[in-house]
Amino acid sequence: MGESAVIAGQVFNGISVASILLLAALGLALSFGLMDVINMAHGEMLMVGGYLSYLTCKFVHGPFAFLFALVVAFVGACVLGALVEVSVVRSLYGRPLDTLLATWGVSLILQQGARSIFGAIGDEVTAPQWLNGSIALHHGFLSGVNLPYVRIFIILLAAVVLVGVAVFIARSRWGMLLRAVHQDREMAEALGVNTRMVDLVVFALGTGVAGLAGSALALIAPVTPTVGQSYIVYAFLVVIVGGLGSVLGITLAALLIGLFSAGAQIFTSVSLADVFLLLMVVAFIQFRPKGIIVRRSRAIEET
Amino acid sequence: MLEGVCAAYGESQVLYDIHLHIESGEAVTLLGRNGVGKTTLLRTIVGLHPASRGKVCFDNEEISKLPAYERVRKGIGYVPQGRGIFPHLTVEENLRMGLAALGGRGKSARHSVPDHVYELFPALRQMRRRKGGVLSGGEQQQLAIGRALVTRPKLLILDEPTEGIQPSIVQQIEQAINDIRAELRIAVLLVEQYLDFAWAIADRFYVMRAGRVVDQGKTKGRDAETVAHLLKV
Repeated sequence: MGESAVIAGQVFNGISVASILLLAALGLALSFGLMDVINMAHGEMLMVGGYLSYLTCKFVHGPFAFLFALVVAFVGACVLGALVEVSVVRSLYGRPLDTLLATWGVSLILQQGARSIFGAIGDEVTAPQWLNGSIALHHGFLSGVNLPYVRIFIILLAAVVLVGVAVFIARSRWGMLLRAVHQDREMAEALGVNTRMVDLVVFALGTGVAGLAGSALALIAPVTPTVGQSYIVYAFLVVIVGGLGSVLGITLAALLIGLFSAGAQIFTSVSLADVFLLLMVVAFIQFRPKGIIVRRSRAIEET
Repeated sequence: MLEGVCAAYGESQVLYDIHLHIESGEAVTLLGRNGVGKTTLLRTIVGLHPASRGKVCFDNEEISKLPAYERVRKGIGYVPQGRGIFPHLTVEENLRMGLAALGGRGKSARHSVPDHVYELFPALRQMRRRKGGVLSGGEQQQLAIGRALVTRPKLLILDEPTEGIQPSIVQQIEQAINDIRAELRIAVLLVEQYLDFAWAIADRFYVMRAGRVVDQGKTKGRDAETVAHLLKV
C-alpha cells in the first residue's frame, strides 16, 4: 500500500467522520442561531437515535430493516427533542446560561437512563447484508485503498439530509418562517407568526437530524450511554468554526474538522490529533472571532 | 373598535391613562414630539410591549392578554417605525410572510398574495425577486404597507411612514393610504411628525405630551397650525 493510498484512505475516513459531525452539528447550529439556545443534551439525541436503531433492528428483520430504523431514530429523536423544548427550554427562554445548565441536567438524566436500561457496555447494530463489503482498488496509484459500503452509505445519507434541510429552509413555507424569525423575531410575530411554534419545529427538526446521526454511527461503532459525549464536543467545534445560521458554513467546517483530525492521525496518535485540532480551532477563533463566542456574549447582554 | 391603554417601560412609566378610541373605518393620527411614548403606545396595542395596567379592546373584545401574533390574526396590521423589512427575504417572500396572519381563516386564501396589493404598489411586482434589504427607503415603506395589507387588517397601524423618505414618494404613500381607506374601509392609526401629511389623511387627532393626551379633536375645520406649537421642540 503506497503513501498516496494511505492518504486517500484517511481522506475518505475523514469525509465519513465529517458526515456524522455535520448531522450532529446541524441541529445545534439551527437552534442556537434561531433561539440563542445551547442544547447540552444534543449529544444524547445521537445516543437515543443509536439505541432506537438498535431496538428496531432487534425486532424488525429483513434487508431493509435498517432503513426503517433510520425513520424510527429520526421520529423518536424529534419527539424527544420536542418534549425537551416544551418542558425545559421554553420556560427558560431568554436565559441562555440557565438553559445551558438545565439541558446539561437533561443530558445526565438521559445518559443514566440509558445506562439503567441497556447497561454500560455497548450494543451493536449489525449492518444489513447489502452494506457488507467494500470497494477495493487494485490498480493505479491508489492501489490498496479500501472503501467500505457502510461508510459510503453514511456519506450519502449525510448528503441527502443536508440537501433536504437546505431545500426545506430555502423553499418550504416553514423554512421561510424560520428565516424570517431568524432575521427579525418581533416583526415575524407582528405579522401573525406563532414564533414559539417555529422554535419548537426547528428544535425538533435539529434533534431529529441528530437522531439520524446516531443511527448512522451505530453502523460503525457500538452504541453506548456516553456515545453522545464523544461526538458533541466535535459538533460544538464545527458550530464554532462554521458560524451560525449558515448551512454552507457548517458543511465546510464539518469537512475541515473531519479531514484535519483524520489527516493528523496519519502522523500521530488519536489523542495528539485532538490536541492539534483544538489548537487549530483556538487559532481560528483568534483570526475569525465572528464565531460562537461573540454571538453568545451578545445574546447574554441582550437579556 | 379600539380602546385602551396604559404602559410602563421597565421601572419608569411611559404612558399615563391614555384613552384612545377609534371607530371602524376611521383614520386617527397620534401626534407628539420624540420620546413622548407614541411608539410605545403602538407597540402596546400590537402586543409587542406588555401593558402594566389598563386594557386594549378591539372589536368589542379584550385582547390585552393575547400574544402579538393572535392580535394580528384578529385584524391589526402593523407597519413599524423603521419598516421592519426582512432584509434577506425577497420582496415576494416579505409579502407572503403576511399570509401567516391568515392562519385559521380558511385555507384557500393562505397561499397567494392578493392582487390588489400589487395594484396599489405596482413597483413591488417588478421587484418581486429582489431582496428586501436592497430596496430604497420609499420602496421598503411601500413593501411594509403592502405586507400589512396581506394580513387583511381591519385596523392599519402606521408608525411614521414618511420618516426618511423623499417628498415625491411621500405623495404616493399618502395617495395609497387614502385609496386603501376608500376601497377597503380599513381604519387607520397613524403616528406622524409630518403635520401636513397627517392632516391629509386623518379624520381625528390626538396630541401626546409626556405620556399623556393633551389635545384631541377633529382635523376638519381645525387649522393644523393650532397644534403645531405642541409639537415644536
